[in-house]
Amino acid sequence: MDKGKFVERVLFLLALSSISSLVIITIFIFEEGLPLIMHTGLKDFIFSTHWAPTKGFFGIGAMIVSSLLVTLGAMVLGVPLGLACAIVLAEFCSERVRRLLKPTLELLAGIPSVVYGFLGVIWLVPLIRDHLGGPGLSLLAASVILGIMILPTVISISIDALTAVPDVYRDGSIALGATEWQTVRRVVLPAASSGIITAVILGMGRAIGETMAVIMVAGNAIKLPSSVLEPVRTLTSNIALELGYAAGRHREALFATGIVLFVIIMVLNLSATLIARRR
Amino acid sequence: MTTSPADSDNSLQCPLEGIITLRGLNLYYGDFHALKEVHAAFQQQTITALIGPSGCGKSTLLRTFNRMNDLIPGVRITGEVLIDGKDIYAPETDLTHLRKKVGLVFQRPNPFPLSIYDNVVYGPRLHGRPARRELEDLAEHSLAAVQLWDEVKDRLKTPALALTEEQQQRLCIARVLAVEPEILLMDEPCSALDPLATLRIEELMRELKKLYTIIIVTHNMQQAARVSDDTGFMYLGELIEFGETGQIFTRPRDEKTEDYITGKYG
Ligand SMILES: Nc1ncnc2c1ncn2[C@@H]1O[C@H](COP(=O)(O)OP(=O)(O)OP(=O)(O)O)[C@@H](O)[C@H]1O
Ligand SMILES: [Mg+2]
Repeated sequence: MDKGKFVERVLFLLALSSISSLVIITIFIFEEGLPLIMHTGLKDFIFSTHWAPTKGFFGIGAMIVSSLLVTLGAMVLGVPLGLACAIVLAEFCSERVRRLLKPTLELLAGIPSVVYGFLGVIWLVPLIRDHLGGPGLSLLAASVILGIMILPTVISISIDALTAVPDVYRDGSIALGATEWQTVRRVVLPAASSGIITAVILGMGRAIGETMAVIMVAGNAIKLPSSVLEPVRTLTSNIALELGYAAGRHREALFATGIVLFVIIMVLNLSATLIARRR
Repeated sequence: MTTSPADSDNSLQCPLEGIITLRGLNLYYGDFHALKEVHAAFQQQTITALIGPSGCGKSTLLRTFNRMNDLIPGVRITGEVLIDGKDIYAPETDLTHLRKKVGLVFQRPNPFPLSIYDNVVYGPRLHGRPARRELEDLAEHSLAAVQLWDEVKDRLKTPALALTEEQQQRLCIARVLAVEPEILLMDEPCSALDPLATLRIEELMRELKKLYTIIIVTHNMQQAARVSDDTGFMYLGELIEFGETGQIFTRPRDEKTEDYITGKYG
């Protein structure tokens, strides 16, 4: 066997092992979690808000709602800000400024989430408690922190989408008497829309999967929140908080929670891929 | 270069005033002197062809007429470009107004990735909020003017990018006509088209000449001879010769013009 063939085989094996470990993890999660879903019934598991694992009640409804609300809040804050940022950087900045700022923003994605959580605890939570009321640890705090955390994803992918729009469109619009802003709004944004939607969906995936920062600022009470100032517990937080001492059915319920997360994130990624491929 | 015989001939032979008048126009890309002391007058409701070898500044000259060069950093301009007697490089010039009045058709068809209808009414929508009825009339009118209406009237809401290249170029012309310009600049509008489509676009230009002043850049000498009333020959940033098309092609005054039209520069 010559050297090239050998290297090829080795690389193939490595690729195979990484793919198979993904498959194994997936199978494992489903194997551990499905029995509980069968036992409780899918409907009860997802829609009941009664979570008392030691007493045999496994309803993750409140946590699903909390996860969705926290994510929604993060999108409401992060997407307009990120998009505005991307538009300024892609359309109204000199090449030099963009070359400097874009990698800096991408660096923000590399900050460990515990640091974001820490900043949230010492700065944002007291701010909310003192000025808006409530315990401070809240749906709002989690949304704000997540909104900031998704910025690098949203900005970076949106900038790529905007700069990929050919200049001939911009020239054509300017030549018809449009201002730069009109050009951005009426031609560039529509032309970049699929890329921007991808950016939003990937940001959403990031927000829904984030755990550490959310645990630190969300307050983690298991109930349906009635205002943004109340504490909430998300799906990811619940797994992280309880896995350490869970056993038996309880442990299975946490894996089942993982299945729900897995499905949500799969759906998000799949739609991002489909939208990106549409062009 | 102002002392060369060609230049003095020029000023004698062509009228001093036109709908577009150039006086001592110079343009620099940074240090590069791309247009050198250009004098010319373009007459209303005529077609003027700008010819010359690649890189001689034809597109650059064309783009000075609606200030598209403003978008390129480092461009500096001296001299005057008068349109209807007003210097368009004066500080009080309203760029939106200027670009409405002086439309530009690009070398490659560049319809926006929107529907056919949205492409045509793009310009009018920028300038005020016309009523829907008004826009529909305008769209029909503009598309009819470029003989595209019958082909697309049943699929106005479909993507413009699905059209053939010729149809796309017609659409781009319609898009410019919809803002009711007075002057049409066309930068090699047929270079992406096959010969038959080229002839049809030329036919269209002759039709449009009745209402608009047209300036066309072309590499195709036969095209210049076929459609234009006046022709300007450019070489290395200078407008070497400018005059009536028949005269330029049969009795060029300048040796360089003669060399070019007889194919010595390729
Ligand atoms: N943005 C720019 N920056 C610097 N130089 C430029 C720029 N655009 C054009 N030039 C230079 O100016 C000169 C004239 O260019 P222009 O595009 O006007 O030529 P042209 O006659 O239209 O050529 P072609 O027939 O190839 O289209 C060329 O030498 C070109 O390299
Ligand atoms: Mg050119």
